[in-house]
Amino acid sequence: MSTVIAIHNVSFDYGELPVLEAINLKVEAEEFLGLVGPNGGGKSTLLKIMLGLLSPRQGHVEVLGKPPKVGRLAVGYVPQFAAFRRDFPVSVEETVLMGRLGRTGLLGGYSREDRRIARQAMERTEVQALARRSVGTLSGGQLQRVLIARALATDPQILILDEPTANIDLRAETDIFDLLKDLNAHLTIVVVSHDIGFISQYVGQVACLNRTLLCHRTSGITGDVIEQLYGMPVRMINHITKSGQQQGDG
Amino acid sequence: MAEFFQALINQPFLQHALLGGLLASLGCGIIGSYVVVNRITFLAGGIAHTALGGMGIAYYLGVDPIFGALAAALTGALIIGTVSLRWRQHEDTLIGALWAIGMAVGVMFISRTPGYNADLMSYLFGNILMISDGDLYLMALLDGVILMLVTLFYKVFLAVSFDEEFARLRGLPVGFFYLLLLCMVALTVVLLIRVVGLILVIALLTLPAAIAGQYLRSLWRMMVLATLLGVLFSSAGLAVSYGPDLPAGATIIILAGSVYLISLAFGGFLRRRWMS
Repeated sequence: MSTVIAIHNVSFDYGELPVLEAINLKVEAEEFLGLVGPNGGGKSTLLKIMLGLLSPRQGHVEVLGKPPKVGRLAVGYVPQFAAFRRDFPVSVEETVLMGRLGRTGLLGGYSREDRRIARQAMERTEVQALARRSVGTLSGGQLQRVLIARALATDPQILILDEPTANIDLRAETDIFDLLKDLNAHLTIVVVSHDIGFISQYVGQVACLNRTLLCHRTSGITGDVIEQLYGMPVRMINHITKSGQQQGDG
Repeated sequence: MAEFFQALINQPFLQHALLGGLLASLGCGIIGSYVVVNRITFLAGGIAHTALGGMGIAYYLGVDPIFGALAAALTGALIIGTVSLRWRQHEDTLIGALWAIGMAVGVMFISRTPGYNADLMSYLFGNILMISDGDLYLMALLDGVILMLVTLFYKVFLAVSFDEEFARLRGLPVGFFYLLLLCMVALTVVLLIRVVGLILVIALLTLPAAIAGQYLRSLWRMMVLATLLGVLFSSAGLAVSYGPDLPAGATIIILAGSVYLISLAFGGFLRRRWMS
């Protein structure tokens, strides 16, 4: 096993407000890591630091032994899909092809090879039938599969997903995690989620984040840790995350 | 209307006007589509109004105002683009300030220029009937630059417009392409000044693309339809205004604006029939 992401003593703050304190975390090759914690616990910030979109105030991060801005070319990133506008005039195929950027030339169109890889990625996530549809007409689950296909088209070694199951129904959620479990055979996967109950059935390892790293282990998460993480018992957490989803605030 | 077609055959100035409308439509169809999908109409407005500052200075110095407009619009695009990339929280206010300063500088220099220049009104409100050979060459050149850049970097502009963060993660120089896009907006503004004038530029830049965007779900198709609509509006506006001697720029905009509003009101019905 080799380390693909190494986070050494990383701290971050937004002005006065400390968000991350002395985080140490290693992600090994072909691991399936769930990064969980309450909203505002620093998950997205840590993700942005791993991707080189933010620089840590202290400490440093290596992705495949390189600084994040270099190493991230080998990372397939799946953003929260609230991140862009649904009514943008772009087709599924065009979206997946965007994954080839950085692997293909800037000038002109995509090569035949790019199109072949994009088609493979669409087949892998079972969205090839939707290729000509515009992204605005897709359901939440379909769009999530398209974004995963786009990430796969980058030919990544690591897949990082930010709340991949927010705003989609439970069945689609199960399908997405089954797909990720398959992909995990060849890829290291990091999934960020606030839904600790659901994700712990799938992931191999869980890192719990609420400003500091509260746990990092392969075994199941105990009620004690959850209480420490969220400041309340586990049954209440289940209740809160489920009702939060129904309200669609993801 | 028959009078218009008669005149079109005999009068070179009317042929110039029609050709000017076609050339302007190409730029506004392509770049207008980017402005609409990126929702940067306000930024484009800021760029357009800084152009007046350059025109005023050029007037004062006795240079052709269109070159002043070109220089000022490009400078405005770079400043506004940098502001928007670096200080996104204050983007609104800063663009508003640049917008006003650009106009004020223009007014200041024009007031210092001796004599009353009727020509200036044609830059503010457009005078498609006064388009010269030189204007047409400049417009063709600007169209050529826009067409070349968009053809070369179509997939990059699409990716940067759709999901800037993802494009950044793939190692694309997102900031550079954003500024390049705004510079093309500046070129398009200058392209349109002769046709509808500075004040109405934003309307012609966005209305055809906005109508196209109601029906089409692909960026390049949107560009083609927006260009065709631009051709339709500028030619029809010219024809309608010719007989009763109405201002052509205003007629073109009223036509485009009315079609946009009608399309907004009844478009849902048409869309359902086409797409089902």
